[in-house]
Amino acid sequence: MTSNLHQSVQTDNVLHTENVNIYYGDFLAVKEVNLDVPKNAITAFIGPSGCGKSTVLRCFNRLNDLIKSFHLDGKILYNGQDIYAPEIDAVEVRRQIGMVFQQPNPFPKSIYDNIAFGPRLLGYKGDMDELVERSLKRGALWEDVKDKLKAMGTNISGGQQQRLCIARAIAVQPEVILMDEPCASLDPVSTMKIEDLMQELKEDYTLIIVTHNMQQASRASDYTAFFNVQANEEGQRTGFIEEYDRTESIFQSPKKKATQEYVSGRFG
Amino acid sequence: MTSQEFPASLAKGRSLERTVTSKTIFSSVMTGLVFACAILALIPLLALLFYVISKGAVRLSPQLFTQLPPPPFQRDSPQFSSGGFGNAIVGTFMTVVIASLISIPFGILSAIYLSEFARDTKLANAVSFFTNVLSGVPSIVMGVFAYSLIVIAITSLVKGSPSYSAIAAGFALAVLMLPTIVRTSTEALESVPNNLRQASTGLGASNYQTILRVILPTAVPAILTGIILAIARAAGETAPIIFTALFSNFWNWDPWQPTATLSVLVYNFAISPFANWQELAWAASLVLITLVLFANVLARWIIRKR
Repeated sequence: MTSNLHQSVQTDNVLHTENVNIYYGDFLAVKEVNLDVPKNAITAFIGPSGCGKSTVLRCFNRLNDLIKSFHLDGKILYNGQDIYAPEIDAVEVRRQIGMVFQQPNPFPKSIYDNIAFGPRLLGYKGDMDELVERSLKRGALWEDVKDKLKAMGTNISGGQQQRLCIARAIAVQPEVILMDEPCASLDPVSTMKIEDLMQELKEDYTLIIVTHNMQQASRASDYTAFFNVQANEEGQRTGFIEEYDRTESIFQSPKKKATQEYVSGRFG
Repeated sequence: MTSQEFPASLAKGRSLERTVTSKTIFSSVMTGLVFACAILALIPLLALLFYVISKGAVRLSPQLFTQLPPPPFQRDSPQFSSGGFGNAIVGTFMTVVIASLISIPFGILSAIYLSEFARDTKLANAVSFFTNVLSGVPSIVMGVFAYSLIVIAITSLVKGSPSYSAIAAGFALAVLMLPTIVRTSTEALESVPNNLRQASTGLGASNYQTILRVILPTAVPAILTGIILAIARAAGETAPIIFTALFSNFWNWDPWQPTATLSVLVYNFAISPFANWQELAWAASLVLITLVLFANVLARWIIRKR
């Protein structure tokens, strides 16, 4: 693997983007993304609907490759390596940058097999039972399901399913976990459990979370990027990052007016 | 809104009781009519079952499976009830197994290509279109095709001289089964929700790992159902088998030789002038219908279990 270390990348930034523009065909969906995601911290993407938060998130693990008309220019560096370089294997990228989706999507297999799926793909030779138990404990689900590991992953409640998906993502030991509105379809109690879980997880992983819930962003994250949208002459709406700073600054002393209006609830 | 604009039937304060009007009579008549039509549609199937069971059940016994077709006997002969069609059952089994071995791998792999790699492309649309055309080709045309390709050409190559064979029949049936299997398998694979593909890809699975470990297992019940129904249909086909496997009155275990099958036995015996042969034809029909019924029940049970 050739290493093209960028000089100005600080070693405690896991992800670094440089002037990234994201297109679907000819349509510019998000423009000029310049971000540094620090290690072992929680970064939140907030902003109104349709301004590209999920799009940018999905670029980090190359999941947008699944969409035919998608292409981007600019650089996205993961630990100094451009993940969109032609010699890079997207499959390897996804093994190190995991994802949890908005709707829980457990496989129609047993809970045990759901967790074991990723490690088996990688040819894990160690004690699978122990790995499953460890992942479920880390995912705050072990107590709930330890007696029914053979039950179907789809037969548990929504909040439990989402924690199962988190445990499944952890089982392959990624460095970064991307979360696309993970609590959007969950009740407040499950949401709280997952937010507590995120605080524990950030000791070992780097988390990026897209959320519509501003209270969640302000209480759960360390850094926040506020996305906004701009219409051009033809009426096409392009997303961009209005402001990116430590969470306290974004919410208590934002520099831009639009940020101030959004976090105080006046629009969006 | 004045009361003159609305008919008396919608006037305020009108009675709530049911009344008999032309509208309600028409409604009742139509309800009765559609009900009667539904019942009528069942009649052919019920009549068929009744007829076949009453005519064929008289011959049901284990010897059907163990004995060969008898020579013609008169009704008063003591050997009237002798004989069976064990060789036809073996032959049907052999041709269907050969057909399955050809069509199932081809069918499922094609479906995987159409669903996972080429969805909504021009090539996929063309393949789908031609598959549908193939499913409409008359089965006798497939029989003639298999006759000239396998019975004449391939058998000459492999065995030195042309010959009717179970392999030729299996080939014709495979071509018959292929469109059904491709179509149902493609639908089964396409109906696996996309979020499972994303979950698997997000965990770092390559294309074939996702297909093998997540998508195929999820789609297996529906694929299996399609296969079972295709097999049930192929087992009862007659036209493609007539000029490929021909017929035989003897036990045959060699796939390169002509072989008896249940459907061709019915064809040969039903129109013969011999009473014991006719009875055997009814019994064979009964066995075939039981096979179809069993296959359908099995298919339903598999889908429901999921």
